[in-house]
Amino acid sequence: MIDFTSIQQMLESADASHLPLWDAIRRSDCQRQGIGPEESWQRMSAMLAAMTQADEGYRESDRSHSGLVGGDGGKMARYGRSGATLCGPFLTDVMAGALRMGECNACMKRIVAAPTAGACGVLPAVLLPYRRHFGAPESALVEALYVASGFGMVIAARSSISGAEGGCQAEIGSAAAMAAAALVHLQGGTAEQMADACAMAIKNLLGLVCDPVGGLVEVPCVKRNVIGAMDALSAAQMALAGIASKVPPDQVLDAMREVGQSLPPSLRETGKGGLAATPFGMQYAPKES
Amino acid sequence: MNLFDILGPVMVGPSSSHTAGAVRIGLMARALLGQEPARARLLLHGSFASTGEGHGTCQALIAGLLGLFPDDSRVPDSFTLARKRGLEFTFGTCVLRDVHPNSVLICLEGAQGGTLEVGASSPGGGRIQVFRVDGLSTSFTGELPTLVVHNSDQPGCVSQVTGVLAGHGMNVATLQLNRGGRGESAVMVLECDQPIPDEVAQEVRALPGILRVTRYTPEQEVAV
Repeated sequence: MIDFTSIQQMLESADASHLPLWDAIRRSDCQRQGIGPEESWQRMSAMLAAMTQADEGYRESDRSHSGLVGGDGGKMARYGRSGATLCGPFLTDVMAGALRMGECNACMKRIVAAPTAGACGVLPAVLLPYRRHFGAPESALVEALYVASGFGMVIAARSSISGAEGGCQAEIGSAAAMAAAALVHLQGGTAEQMADACAMAIKNLLGLVCDPVGGLVEVPCVKRNVIGAMDALSAAQMALAGIASKVPPDQVLDAMREVGQSLPPSLRETGKGGLAATPFGMQYAPKES
Repeated sequence: MNLFDILGPVMVGPSSSHTAGAVRIGLMARALLGQEPARARLLLHGSFASTGEGHGTCQALIAGLLGLFPDDSRVPDSFTLARKRGLEFTFGTCVLRDVHPNSVLICLEGAQGGTLEVGASSPGGGRIQVFRVDGLSTSFTGELPTLVVHNSDQPGCVSQVTGVLAGHGMNVATLQLNRGGRGESAVMVLECDQPIPDEVAQEVRALPGILRVTRYTPEQEVAV
């Protein structure tokens, strides 16, 4: 069996093969793609390198096409350097990273979709500061990316990772779930805790609508990367504390699918409802063609 | 779907469907033309028409026509590059029936003559779907190495083409054939499990009744 259609099946398969979850995920993908584990590792390392490069390429002066987005990553970093922040150095770094990557994306710079371009800030926002603050080796981060993408695949197969299909819960919510599982891996948690973290991250953003102003990946998308990263951290911390998701993880994914299907089209990336339909948002509404 | 569809692609933002997918559509059109394009007319449909500007969809499509990949930092500046390379282009809008909102019709003229019309959609995640080639309906994604054969509607074309592929040990994953009408021109699309070497394309081109052969190779997401 090489395609995981449930989190339970993914965990059982890792158990049966006596491999750590990240390696079971890698090996099943190698089988699917007909490549070797080394080649796969190199490709995943390249993703981490591309994320790091994208983060370093941030320029505070860059502005998006509409002019709505840009500069906030710089503001957050400066606030962090003041040394008197509300959330402390690690969380401030996480927030700044999420803003930077979201802004890079909006400004047509090179990013890694994770799982989508609009949600590309969540995973790097937790992984890159984690490396700096906790001194994790690169190999641990690459393993964490396998964990993240394994959970992401199940979410995509069983629910959705598309804002047009499932609303923002499917984009930022999925990214947060992937990041939460990755963080549990980095902290040495069990596979069950990763599954719980994934489930709790999704539950906490369930129902989040996709209502981009002007239909553009700018407002509120950039800042939602911040809440995705914070959601991931809180879900991971709960799981590591031994707090489990009462609703089994696979049932949470099913609920997300059902909620996404129930969302009206105006709240699924069409830019016609929610924040996009406010008087402010309407100023940026596209001309009907 | 594989892990790198979830973590990836590496791409120029802001949207996998409106930017990365649009670059891939341009790349696909370029590959199906089989030469350097000299003139392009692009008609945007639906969401591509209404929100394309803010997503850089137009720059992305032109970048693909110039052969840039979705992760090339030059994507936002593709118009300048097009002028340098002598690619003239115009944009307009159109209303198509029964297609995804993220769709475009591209009419190309090659530097060495030859024209091509391609209709394609970008349904999400950077994936694309070609729904029309030279006025004929089709459906393929470019996720596998793809051979596109324009042929006369005459007996034996399919068996000869598949014969050449079999002779090179290549496995056909999917095969579609659509024609304008009996005895008119047809388009055959073969998705293969192995990359299609140039010699295979040339061998197919030399067969009787074959009008044009082009091929598309999925790009490697990140050079490692």
